[in-house]
Amino acid sequence: MKSLLCAVGFGLVLNTAFAQQGADTVKKIEEYRAALADGNPAELWEARGEDLWKKRAGPKNASLEQCDLGKGPGRVKGAYAELPRYFADADRVMDLEARLVHCRMTLQGLTKAEAVKQPFGNGPVKSDNEALVAFVTAESKGVKMNVSLDHPKEAASFKQGEKIFYFRGGPHDFSCATCHSEDGKRIRLQDLPNLTKTKDAQRAYTTWPAYRVSQGELRTFQWRLFDCFRQQRFPALEFTSDASIALTTFLARNANGAEFAAPAIKR
Amino acid sequence: MADPMRVRANMQDGKVLVRVLMNHEMETGQRKDSTGKTIPAHFIQSVSATHNGKTVLSAQWGPAISKNPFLQFTFSGGKAGEKVAISWVDNKGDKRTDEATIS
Amino acid sequence: MNRRNFVKNSSLATAYTLAVAAGLIAPGTVLAQAGWNEKAFAGKNLKEAAASLGAANFAETKDVNWGSTPEIAENGAVVPISVTSNIAKTEQIAILVEKNPSALSAAFDIPAGTDPSVTTRVKMGQTSNIFALVKADGKYYVATKEVKVTLGGCGG
Repeated sequence: MKSLLCAVGFGLVLNTAFAQQGADTVKKIEEYRAALADGNPAELWEARGEDLWKKRAGPKNASLEQCDLGKGPGRVKGAYAELPRYFADADRVMDLEARLVHCRMTLQGLTKAEAVKQPFGNGPVKSDNEALVAFVTAESKGVKMNVSLDHPKEAASFKQGEKIFYFRGGPHDFSCATCHSEDGKRIRLQDLPNLTKTKDAQRAYTTWPAYRVSQGELRTFQWRLFDCFRQQRFPALEFTSDASIALTTFLARNANGAEFAAPAIKR
Repeated sequence: MADPMRVRANMQDGKVLVRVLMNHEMETGQRKDSTGKTIPAHFIQSVSATHNGKTVLSAQWGPAISKNPFLQFTFSGGKAGEKVAISWVDNKGDKRTDEATIS
Repeated sequence: MNRRNFVKNSSLATAYTLAVAAGLIAPGTVLAQAGWNEKAFAGKNLKEAAASLGAANFAETKDVNWGSTPEIAENGAVVPISVTSNIAKTEQIAILVEKNPSALSAAFDIPAGTDPSVTTRVKMGQTSNIFALVKADGKYYVATKEVKVTLGGCGG
């Protein structure tokens, strides 16, 4: 009897020790992240993006300085916090990356194929999209997320995004919700935000784009969704497709009220 | 010429705090691409920082320095308005020099 | 040159050649710019690298402040290392990662007027000791700190 009690007691102590170790580990990883916050390599993308914004390019030999991101031609400050939104000139709800494709086509004269080429960089092969996203999003740092659903197409985009979020498919029958609708879940050592809860949804959305240390690249929100689809073994998510924008509208709107904190740095 | 660095030089407690972000792959030469071919080593080998013609830091680096290197150090004798220049040379002979004004 | 040094240097050369043959050091790194201490950066461990840097021997020290160097790095590709030497007349600070294929990451020369303190970021292949090799007033010292490396999973 005595030995049984001892065994139980020992087990309890062990559990506490492990739990404490877990909490310590989280704290230490927070310290690691804090140590990287100053001198975020994302700034290198921001600088290149600013150059691309101002540089004349394409058959029309024009810069992107007249690009309307929703707050009027050339107004970059705070624009990302209000995207995605409906644009009358395209009669479509667009996120930032779709809007950049639009401006590169209409202002600079690029073809669709040229404008969507190389959306994500790979080492020495750089992506203009990533640089432009870094520049534009940096201009919304500190601004409160404020995505509107006033226009019927914006409301429809949100609804479609919500549907996609819960849609199960692919060989594993995964939906976004499979990984992102419960508290305290993780894949290996990566904590998974519960995107059905406001706090997690806000923190998750407002920290993209981010310099992804494990990739050595600045990754955008379109990339984040593309990579999720890949991990779910879904068909490839087409860059700036209506589906990708709808999902973005859903997630961005759910982050409303939170201060935009990107470009951030992530593992 | 290689992509520009981001150099910041700020007066802090009477000294100059220098922070640099460099644009460089820092390829170790140990990775393989998707076809199985080794990606050749490409990394910064030497770094130097100067102020008013005087070297305030010099370093030799190997491929174990992270991609898009960050460097921070502090030196005395500088004041606001003066310039700090950072230079690097990599194993292929590529170079880059960027300046910042001490604020 | 006495026999001991000769033997030491020979084994260094052998280790380097073997390392190149084994593919641990790509032939590309032999494309060294003038003045780059190839031997030091090929050193497999602290002793070899230190020897190539001129440190035949070194004393253990705790007179080094590791600043914001983390205890755990979420990703070994980018590990911030901050070394401040509190030893008087510090002229050189080198950073080595014990379990990396080549131990030496960087060697800094600290001129007079510059604080004996550097912060940079290194790649770590796995949990390992980090060594700070300090040259001060002609003598060498080594401080050690363990940094654990975890690898994040998918997502994020």
